[in-house]
Amino acid sequence: MARALSSKSRLEFMGYRRENGRVGVRNHVIILPLDDLSNAAAEAVANNIKGTLALPHAYGRLQFGEDLDLHFRTLIGTGANPNVAACVVIGIEPGWTGRVVQGIAKTGKPVAGFAIEENGDINTIAAASRKAMEFLRDASEKQRERCSLEELFISTKCGESDTTSGLASCPTVGNLIDKIDPEGATTCFGETTEITGAEQVCVSRAASKEAADKFMKTFMAYQDVIERHKTSDLSESQPTKGNIAGGLTTIEEKAFGNLAKIGKKTKFIDVLKPAEAPGKGAGLYFMDTSSAAAECVTLQAAAGFVVHLFPTGQGNVIGNPIEPVIKLTANPKTARTMSEHIDLDVSGILRREMTLDEAGDRLIDVMIRTCNGRLTCAEALGHREFVMTKLYQSA
Amino acid sequence: MPTHFIVHDKADTVGVVVVEDVKPSQPLTGWIMETDETIHLTALDPVPLGHKIALRDIKQGDTVLKYGHDVGHTVANIPKGRHVHVHNMKTKRW
Repeated sequence: MARALSSKSRLEFMGYRRENGRVGVRNHVIILPLDDLSNAAAEAVANNIKGTLALPHAYGRLQFGEDLDLHFRTLIGTGANPNVAACVVIGIEPGWTGRVVQGIAKTGKPVAGFAIEENGDINTIAAASRKAMEFLRDASEKQRERCSLEELFISTKCGESDTTSGLASCPTVGNLIDKIDPEGATTCFGETTEITGAEQVCVSRAASKEAADKFMKTFMAYQDVIERHKTSDLSESQPTKGNIAGGLTTIEEKAFGNLAKIGKKTKFIDVLKPAEAPGKGAGLYFMDTSSAAAECVTLQAAAGFVVHLFPTGQGNVIGNPIEPVIKLTANPKTARTMSEHIDLDVSGILRREMTLDEAGDRLIDVMIRTCNGRLTCAEALGHREFVMTKLYQSA
Repeated sequence: MPTHFIVHDKADTVGVVVVEDVKPSQPLTGWIMETDETIHLTALDPVPLGHKIALRDIKQGDTVLKYGHDVGHTVANIPKGRHVHVHNMKTKRW
């Protein structure tokens, strides 16, 4: 069982306070394409203005309904994330481009939109580059200031899990969450399909009947999606080939390991739609997400989470362009063969050289240092997986 | 004395091998995390790091317990000490 945090001093970090009061741990100026057609211009702007970051992606044309709503929510949420100092939006036409700009502008941060139609790529790139340069130079003056844990939004998701994830690396994240939840942090877990088999345990961790009902409704809706589209028993996908190589045999076994990330006592207070920002104050939230690593982290970043904890067994190498992803493993072989991807090695738990409580403390330390500015392995290696979730086919 | 395998819960029927290169006939030491007990068994198969080993004889069709919970069922008789994985265990879902 996680004990309470002893020292108040460690709970502070140096962050960037944004116009709306929210706190970021990075200071990115991003070039955000509205659609697939605008990726080339966005990447050209990021190439012109050194230090800005383009976020190319595959979608944004002829989507409709709930899927289109999610597209806008993800793009606006990404631009609005406090790790982003300013944002240039580029789209093929001005209507939807303006909708993303207006959404991000509600945070009060600098944002400008550029449309390619009637301008062409070259003139758009020139105008957007001048604006990006202005934004970048202004952002470069922004100073970090002392912030408290109550201002920190932390997400978690595991990947390429194996049995060591359930034994040690997921419980390490759980230990951290049990320690920081009483301190007022805002945290988020997801992976709807990967709760399968452990859904009754998960629902018992809801803080209210309303949250419990919302979770079961979300969970059952995903089971319907699987029933509708499956061609076999899903054993080709869940567990994944990597999971099976690592010793996980069934989805149920994987689910109990996965759920160890929320600790032993913390309860979730609400269930979020994909990329929906938390609306009920501090506490733990469940988000309806895919269990694919990049999709899930992209949705959590779009909901405003600024630092991510990612336990891995066999060695998932994921990063995210705007939200630093801290990876930990308890698999000694992964720690040895993929050390450049691992921010924290907790394999000592399996050798009984390290307790879970010590591992949780070490993860808090790594997380605070990352929030203060220390680059993660994924950031140093340039892992910037930005993957939009698509709910169904386009019109 | 190294810990060769770890068991989540006292009720579990499988443990997880946490060292590399477990060989047939090798005597193994295990640790039950929940109760902090030490147990012993002999491996019947080579079991890779992270893979499960049967802690008792499990009949075909029986539920496999890990984390103290139902994590699937067996599709073959599994004697104590055998490797437990996709060849002799399956999900009850989907």
